[in-house]
Amino acid sequence: MSIRNKAYIAGAYEHPTRHAIDKSTAQLHAEVAKGALEDAGLTKDDVDAYYCAGDAPGLGGLSMVEYMGLQVQHIDTTETGGSSYVAHIGHAAAAIAAGKCNVALITLAGRPKAEGMATGTKPRNWGGDAPDNSFEFPYGSTVTNNYAMAAMRHMHEFGTTSEQLAWIKVAASHHAQHNERAAIRKVLTVEDVVNSPMIADPLHRMDCCVITDGGGALVIVSPEIAKKLERKCVRILGHGEAPKTRIGGQIDLTYTGAKWSGPKAFEEAKVTPADIDYASIYDSFTITVLETLEDLGFCEKGQGGKFVADGNLISGVGKLPFNTDGGGLCNNHPANRGGMTKVLEAVRQLRGEAHPMVQVPNCKLAVAHGTGGSLGTRMGSATVILERDDA
Amino acid sequence: MSQLGPHNSAPESNIEIQPFWDATAEGKLLLKKCNGCGKIHYYPRTICPFCFSDDTVWIEASGKGTIYSYSVIRRVEVPYVMAYVTLEEGPTMMTNIIDCDMDSVRIDMPVTVSFVDTGEGNALPMFTPAA
Repeated sequence: MSIRNKAYIAGAYEHPTRHAIDKSTAQLHAEVAKGALEDAGLTKDDVDAYYCAGDAPGLGGLSMVEYMGLQVQHIDTTETGGSSYVAHIGHAAAAIAAGKCNVALITLAGRPKAEGMATGTKPRNWGGDAPDNSFEFPYGSTVTNNYAMAAMRHMHEFGTTSEQLAWIKVAASHHAQHNERAAIRKVLTVEDVVNSPMIADPLHRMDCCVITDGGGALVIVSPEIAKKLERKCVRILGHGEAPKTRIGGQIDLTYTGAKWSGPKAFEEAKVTPADIDYASIYDSFTITVLETLEDLGFCEKGQGGKFVADGNLISGVGKLPFNTDGGGLCNNHPANRGGMTKVLEAVRQLRGEAHPMVQVPNCKLAVAHGTGGSLGTRMGSATVILERDDA
Repeated sequence: MSQLGPHNSAPESNIEIQPFWDATAEGKLLLKKCNGCGKIHYYPRTICPFCFSDDTVWIEASGKGTIYSYSVIRRVEVPYVMAYVTLEEGPTMMTNIIDCDMDSVRIDMPVTVSFVDTGEGNALPMFTPAA
């Protein structure tokens, strides 16, 4: 059994806010749900399945279905950090294919900026019950220095340079200049990135993503419902997911779970990386993109630095247009979880509704990849392959 | 004797890992070895993450290793070095590199364990460049 062609993305919505000082987290979830349902041409009462992850307040799915007044027959609260929402697409498609539901709503929202959260640089205490916590937190382990150690090792093994990593931010900034809602709209140069303050060697401030409030939502529907909707739907062709951990202290920080989730998704979709017109790649840091591109098969392991250099990820310039909304690096990284926004821009591209300056001509096939947790410790990876419906 | 930095804290222990932290007070770095598959793992568990045998025993590490990767954290009041150190026994552990010129730290550098008292009855195993 496969999910290929068994479900469609009918609704997609990104919250316009980047700083939600005047809204609650539950309210943001409901606002993006409303936006995505209106985009699809469906109503709240059409929803029979709900998906959310660790950003949902209270008792997750239960709190949220009560708050939004949903009567569903299927709830999935798979929590794999920022990759959750990409995984949810695969789970929703499987549930639809199995006849468990017909209209699945996925929401993400959060307000780390309004809450003044030092997301990247403050050690996070998960408590003594977390089996890893007392072997990490006491040392000042943070999101940024964990990813930094992955970048340092990648540089050591493959000769990757800060300038090559910087090209990833440069490409994102070229796209973000056209997005009026982007947190950073200035077009950056390689020099801007490598001359920005060093946060944790070898990652500069400009190697990091933005911290924003907001959210996004998706509506996944059965083929029968997709046919009845006026809105242009996007076909789900394949999905893969995989955690990657340190397995008892056997560590290799030069690859990600995309090494497993990517091939699974491509195999199910019956396409290859060479067929892809547009790529949404999780971009918490520049190194996240570089390792993921290698693992998804867009280039050989260790060649990511050469692959991303000289504008190869810039729409209209390079071979692989990526994150044309400006990505997490420049546009939006709501709730510190970027999987949702990756899918949203892939849907825009396949609908032909990206900004005209970054729209990939005749965009038929896209990949969206989510990463959760940390490249330096435990991570989730989830990949989906999406196709324009009339392709 | 080095002291904890502002980024450090005493570990929150639990019953499963208490022997590990108790041993640090005596300057011992313990690892778990599995009698089922013979492999050594870190951080310590009761059940082996390689073969799922529950026949695991504590062993004392030599305290010698090499740096697998590291990062100097600059944008804080007191900069510090995060690192992964691969121990002679095999597993790689997260730690800090201390008592050194931070700019001289390199991947593959040999290091030895150095215990930093937490003031709460145990010590954090950190590493310093080998003499």
